[in-house]
Amino acid sequence: MTDTAAGPVRAHEGGPVRAHEQHPAPRRQEMVQLLDEHGVRHRHPEHDLDLTPAELLGLYRDMVLMRRFDSEAEALQRKGQLGLWAGSRGQEASQIGAGRAARRQDQLFPSYRDHGALLSRGVDPLHILSIFRGIDHGGWDPVEMGVHPYTLVIAAQMLPAVGYGMGVQRDGAVGTGDPDRDTAVIAFFGDGATSQGEAAEALNWAAVFNAPVVFFCQNNQWAISEPVSRQSPVPLHRRAEGAGMPGVLVDGNDVLAVLAVVRSALDRARAGGGPTFVESYTFRMGAHTTSDDPTRYRLAAEVDAWREKDPIDRLRTHLTAEGVLDEEFASQLAADSETLAERLRAGVSAMVDPDPVSMFEHAYAEPHPQVLAERDEFLAAWEQQDADSHAAAHGGTR
Amino acid sequence: METMAIGRAINAGLRAAMDRDPRVLLMGEDIGALGGVFRVTDGLQKDFGEDRVIDTPLAEAGIVGTAIGMALRGYRPVCEIQFNGFVYPAFNQITTQLAKLRARSRGRLSVPVVLRIPSGGGIGSVEHHSESPEVLFAHTAGLRVVAPSTPHDAYWMVQQAIASADPVLFLEPERRYWQKGEVDTDLGPGQVTPLHKARVLRPGTDATLVAYGPTTKLALDAAAAAAQDGTELEVVDLRSISPLDVDTVAESVRRTGRLVTVSEAPTFHGPMAELAARIQESCFYSLEAPVKRVGGWHLPYPAARVEEHYLPSVDRVLDAVEQTLAA
Ligand SMILES: Cc1ncc(C[n+]2csc(CCOP(=O)(O)OP(=O)(O)O)c2C)c(N)n1
Repeated sequence: MTDTAAGPVRAHEGGPVRAHEQHPAPRRQEMVQLLDEHGVRHRHPEHDLDLTPAELLGLYRDMVLMRRFDSEAEALQRKGQLGLWAGSRGQEASQIGAGRAARRQDQLFPSYRDHGALLSRGVDPLHILSIFRGIDHGGWDPVEMGVHPYTLVIAAQMLPAVGYGMGVQRDGAVGTGDPDRDTAVIAFFGDGATSQGEAAEALNWAAVFNAPVVFFCQNNQWAISEPVSRQSPVPLHRRAEGAGMPGVLVDGNDVLAVLAVVRSALDRARAGGGPTFVESYTFRMGAHTTSDDPTRYRLAAEVDAWREKDPIDRLRTHLTAEGVLDEEFASQLAADSETLAERLRAGVSAMVDPDPVSMFEHAYAEPHPQVLAERDEFLAAWEQQDADSHAAAHGGTR
Repeated sequence: METMAIGRAINAGLRAAMDRDPRVLLMGEDIGALGGVFRVTDGLQKDFGEDRVIDTPLAEAGIVGTAIGMALRGYRPVCEIQFNGFVYPAFNQITTQLAKLRARSRGRLSVPVVLRIPSGGGIGSVEHHSESPEVLFAHTAGLRVVAPSTPHDAYWMVQQAIASADPVLFLEPERRYWQKGEVDTDLGPGQVTPLHKARVLRPGTDATLVAYGPTTKLALDAAAAAAQDGTELEVVDLRSISPLDVDTVAESVRRTGRLVTVSEAPTFHGPMAELAARIQESCFYSLEAPVKRVGGWHLPYPAARVEEHYLPSVDRVLDAVEQTLAA
């Protein structure tokens, strides 16, 4: 066996995996980075952008609010208000950067952790929380918001995203030069998802048909307990080469770089240039979900090292140094964060369970006799139960 | 009235749907220049172009998954799965996405995708070319599963499936592609039997035979044979497996008192188990005998040289009828 860079993954004995079993971290030259971990701005020959102070502050604000949303959701789960929460801390730059890169007409196909992308589209955060409370599968209107429902089956959203892009092509909404008309699609997925067969089909298919799709892979290093080295022996963006499309590695904790890279990939797609694979190199700071215990599989040192690369801190440092972020903005944002948290707490506790009979409502567009019959059966049994418990409450007997 | 084979009738139905609605697209492997391995899409790419009759990569999850995306964009994709046994790679997309997007979006998303699947056996082929996977999909809420058995139904049902706002699995009886019959192409709205309705094809008094897709002809043949011995069998063609038109079958059973079902799908946990259970629920006091099921065995579809022992035959149907009448 030859000595390869990645090497075989060793079975580990119960304890957290050692750092050398992970992919080696990419160097800055290999990865698009515009803002390093010290908040220092770098220029990139290919992917760069110039933002106004207001735009920079907008990104900062989005990320801060997204983090507040995440921590409040986690707290609500701890208080028993949500059944589960899939946290997004550490991925603010990836999700806000990608979300903000999209235009109104673009369509997002998210996975289940892409809260920031949804928030950047204006999706009501309570519509996200209602999923995790068990009220519904997402309360937003996918057509109005341009955001597909969250997909829980790993990688299953990728092929519909490609098909949507092919529909866009057939509508003639690619390459017209009209910025309000040309449309692209972003498929969000994780490092674990790249191992799915459907992911491979989606990449190939999009390349074959030159579909206007940006594959946005958030490599947050872990698929629950499995390190990315268990998903792929090569860096994920190199998968693109085999599929026949550009693969770009971007610092996923650098919102400017993500915005620049995804924006140009979307521009390319809208102009008819075809798909791009973007690997956003980032880290999931918290647990996979509130049911997960990451201390069983990863070292505190790894998490600490990533804390140094925090996406919000580095933008704050940069904006402060540039004199863009002042005390007034910061305190207003702090106040807005608290207002958001209050709104979430109030909104979640005001959520009412759905009318049970509504579960029969949307299985089919057109009447299905068996479903209708079962609905009637359900209603009859339910009314009977109601009557029984009513009678019991009033001392009646059966 | 025109006389045509089932395969040809589906072709004509697809053509009519494509003429009527520019959003109808065909997708599948080899459906373009070749016209599909059964030639069902023959000539359509020539007339409608490569953008509407799309030769896809060899990837079934891809076919169904991208069709979902195109449907979300307002298109009406009709996918051809080349053979029944090759639908399984698409199982995930069909059951977790196609079937559920409407419910998941509380009715805001519509995925009017049609999957055309040659189904059943009897063509002497190698493995994975002769299976009856309908019950897997009938069991999945959110899908409709239909199976024409005559050229007339094939012509109209494929158009109804395309027009449906729900995803429809359209099971084509592959050994009947060449079976000819009359097609009335000039029917107006209201003159075509609704997609989900069963139909009595032959009236009878002594027992009811129920079948769909490829076994409908078998049931008719069995009824014709029985008639020579003076037994009058009523033949009902289900046409739809989900939903199941239990009422039409129940009405027939109330008249005849006896029911024999015929499918190529294995009887074990098969579609006719559902029908038998429902008839038992709704017609218990009209039944003179237990419901008998004739169908495939609980086996991987066997090699071609023994498939005639796997598939229901006229003899097996008549044996079952005899047992019912004797009970
Ligand atoms: C097809 C499928 N298999 C398994 C699971 C269970 N599961 C949920 S999340 C997850 C890890 C996914 O990791 P990744 O794609 O990297 O995304 P991340 O959670 O890191 O955002 C697994 C295995 C699933 N949801 N779907």
